[in-house]
Amino acid sequence: MSYLMIFITAIFVNNIILSQFLGICPFLGVSKRISTALGMGFAVMFVMTLATTVTYLIYYTFLQPYDLKFMTTVTFILVIASLVQMVELVIKKTSPALYQSLGIFLPLITTNCAVLGIALLTIQKNYTLIAGICYTLASAIGFTLAIVIFAGIRERLDRTDIPQALKGTPIVLISAALLSMAFMGFAGISY
Amino acid sequence: MNSVSMSNLTRGIFKENPTFVMLLGMCPTLGVSTSALNGLGMGLATAFVLIMSNIGISAVKRLIPDIVRIPSFIVIIASFVTVIEMLMQAYMPSLYQALGIYIPLIVVNCIILGRAEAFASKNSIWQSFLDAVGMGVGFTFALTTLGAIREILGNGSIFGWSFVGEEAHPMLLFIMPPGAFLALAGIIIVVNKIRGVK
Repeated sequence: MSYLMIFITAIFVNNIILSQFLGICPFLGVSKRISTALGMGFAVMFVMTLATTVTYLIYYTFLQPYDLKFMTTVTFILVIASLVQMVELVIKKTSPALYQSLGIFLPLITTNCAVLGIALLTIQKNYTLIAGICYTLASAIGFTLAIVIFAGIRERLDRTDIPQALKGTPIVLISAALLSMAFMGFAGISY
Repeated sequence: MNSVSMSNLTRGIFKENPTFVMLLGMCPTLGVSTSALNGLGMGLATAFVLIMSNIGISAVKRLIPDIVRIPSFIVIIASFVTVIEMLMQAYMPSLYQALGIYIPLIVVNCIILGRAEAFASKNSIWQSFLDAVGMGVGFTFALTTLGAIREILGNGSIFGWSFVGEEAHPMLLFIMPPGAFLALAGIIIVVNKIRGVK
């Protein structure tokens, strides 16, 4: 499978949020403003790429050769949790400006199932390291794309007159359904 | 059973239902609820991890220093997830296949870490057990309901038993991704109406 195909499939066809349902919590929670959605998107992109690279190397240098595959879940979540903490410390020390914009999202990312999910899927799909990184980056771009589009819709929703019964969560879920339907149109361009 | 235990047990089932009221654990809720059976399986697997981790965390809460609380909880939860993962792989291979990536992802289900942090780290083992049973039943109930609705509308069957004829055309949309959002939106409208939320 070519890298371009991996990219297109992961961004549009199998969009991480709208068709795989990973990372729904930030998708519904941090999508009220386009600016915060963008910040979250970049934070996820950064952490996810780093996390998949590290977990990939750990899996193929320790877990697989020593037949410790059953430890995958425990190892991966610990690596991701400590990685997020480390990234937070490093950014805080080296770039206060970046910390200002990304800092608040970092603690949220530990329990973001998209990060662990993509790390596990990369192993499951038997990708090479480069293909795995491509896949992760594309999934993260798909995440950012979906969450930013959705934030745009929600900014508009704020100013419209919504029926009483749909106010709050229901209208958000219905908009997500419509966006997901739109993304289903991309299924035609796969393979 | 006294009233405190009773309220700890029933809290998760209705008043603070993790899915319909608190909106926690959305990823597995939307991802695996394509049929009633998948919803039930996922709900029970999560309930098992929730009960075991609540008991475990409540039992060792005095031994864990406050500063490494969260990582310790995650390790405890991840161990029980590995246990259920291996059990399902051995005894229920078809369900294991159907749930796929969502089984290891029970680790990052916010309901479990949320209950560990908000309840089990402060209460006795027995009360934590009751709380976990309530939350587990509430989550299982929610997933099975959502799965049943999607299966009835999208596939014309329930628990794999088909009640429409061969030539019927069910609304396929409901077992596809957009249907998950739509069905959940519908349920939440009803739940909000019952709870009297303005």
